[in-house]
Amino acid sequence: MTPGPDAGADTGRRRVLVIVPAWNEAEGLAAVLAELRAAVPAADVLVVDDGSTDRTAQTARAAGALVARLPYNLGVGGAMRTGYRYALDQGYDAAVQVDADGQHDPGYVPALLAALETADLVVGARFAGVGDYRVRGPRRWSMRLLSLVLSGMAGTRLTDSTSGFRACNRDMIAFFARWYPAEYLGDTVESMVGALRRGYQVRQVAVAMRPRTTGAPSQSPARALVYLARTALVLLLALTRRVPAPQRAEAAARVPEPAEAAGVAR
Amino acid sequence: MHLSVITSLTGLALLGCILELLRRHQLREKYAALWLAVGSAVVPLGLFPQMLDSLARGLGIMSGASLVLFAGIVLLLLVCLHLSWESSRLEEETRTLAEEIALIRAALDEQNRPAAVAAARRAEGGAG
Repeated sequence: MTPGPDAGADTGRRRVLVIVPAWNEAEGLAAVLAELRAAVPAADVLVVDDGSTDRTAQTARAAGALVARLPYNLGVGGAMRTGYRYALDQGYDAAVQVDADGQHDPGYVPALLAALETADLVVGARFAGVGDYRVRGPRRWSMRLLSLVLSGMAGTRLTDSTSGFRACNRDMIAFFARWYPAEYLGDTVESMVGALRRGYQVRQVAVAMRPRTTGAPSQSPARALVYLARTALVLLLALTRRVPAPQRAEAAARVPEPAEAAGVAR
Repeated sequence: MHLSVITSLTGLALLGCILELLRRHQLREKYAALWLAVGSAVVPLGLFPQMLDSLARGLGIMSGASLVLFAGIVLLLLVCLHLSWESSRLEEETRTLAEEIALIRAALDEQNRPAAVAAARRAEGGAG
């Protein structure tokens, strides 16, 4: 009935799901989906329509993507957990999160997937030497605070914890399918802190972000200060809140699959 | 004795409201116990406001009225906290339901995919 997990397993390649959370993104979505198709032709694309009131779902379907429509807006965290649940149910080996606003260059997806060989969660980071993304003032302090704390926890440099450009392996999918915070900064900062606290390996890959094709970033000193305060609060909560036990994909998936052979990925 | 008329009437009205809501199945049992306890404490206190004076003095509080105000505010704060907790839990539950619905919709779409894609293409063409 459904294209089961064994559909791609016999080819010996890992099955990849690209999750695109989209809220009223009908404008830019078609271009992003076309680029994804060109960058990772073998991957399936799931657009999670987060309660859009425009033609997001129709646009995605017309472009040949899978579509999951949420009945109302849950925020990125809710959309992402929906995506990870789908990935877990269908037995995908890796999942990549790409924003629908064109900010993330799908050309970097293969690089993120390649980095999964040495990590459970790979983050596409803006400040790691590629591209020309610059921030100043309180917003910069927020970034510094986050990168300091998270790098310390991970034992490796994590300079851009608010990046929504990420890739996960099977164990990470199983974990996020069960637990993925939906509150402010929960989808980025808190989820990463949770993964680190549960012993998952997190590392970053340098990427260049593009200006968003739709929407505008907020840039005022007062807002940046509020952002700093909220960041500190989210970080404090994330470090103290209870996080569920780590999941292993083999135990959580409906259809168990033999672990990927070591030689296959080379 | 005007004070005790007002307080006793208020206490009886409150108890009446609670009992009526319970009778109509509009209050869940877990809340019913709490509100019944509040109601049965308020009625005798309303009839005899001076009842708590000796207890208050024993605790170092000047009058029974102050003790009632203090206890009332603490109780209201606890009820507020409880409601925040309940609504957080409900939000988490509705979030999970929303996600399940989205996944079920996706599975349904998957079953009649060719038709859905054709319909979407037609709709896009009509819109453009």
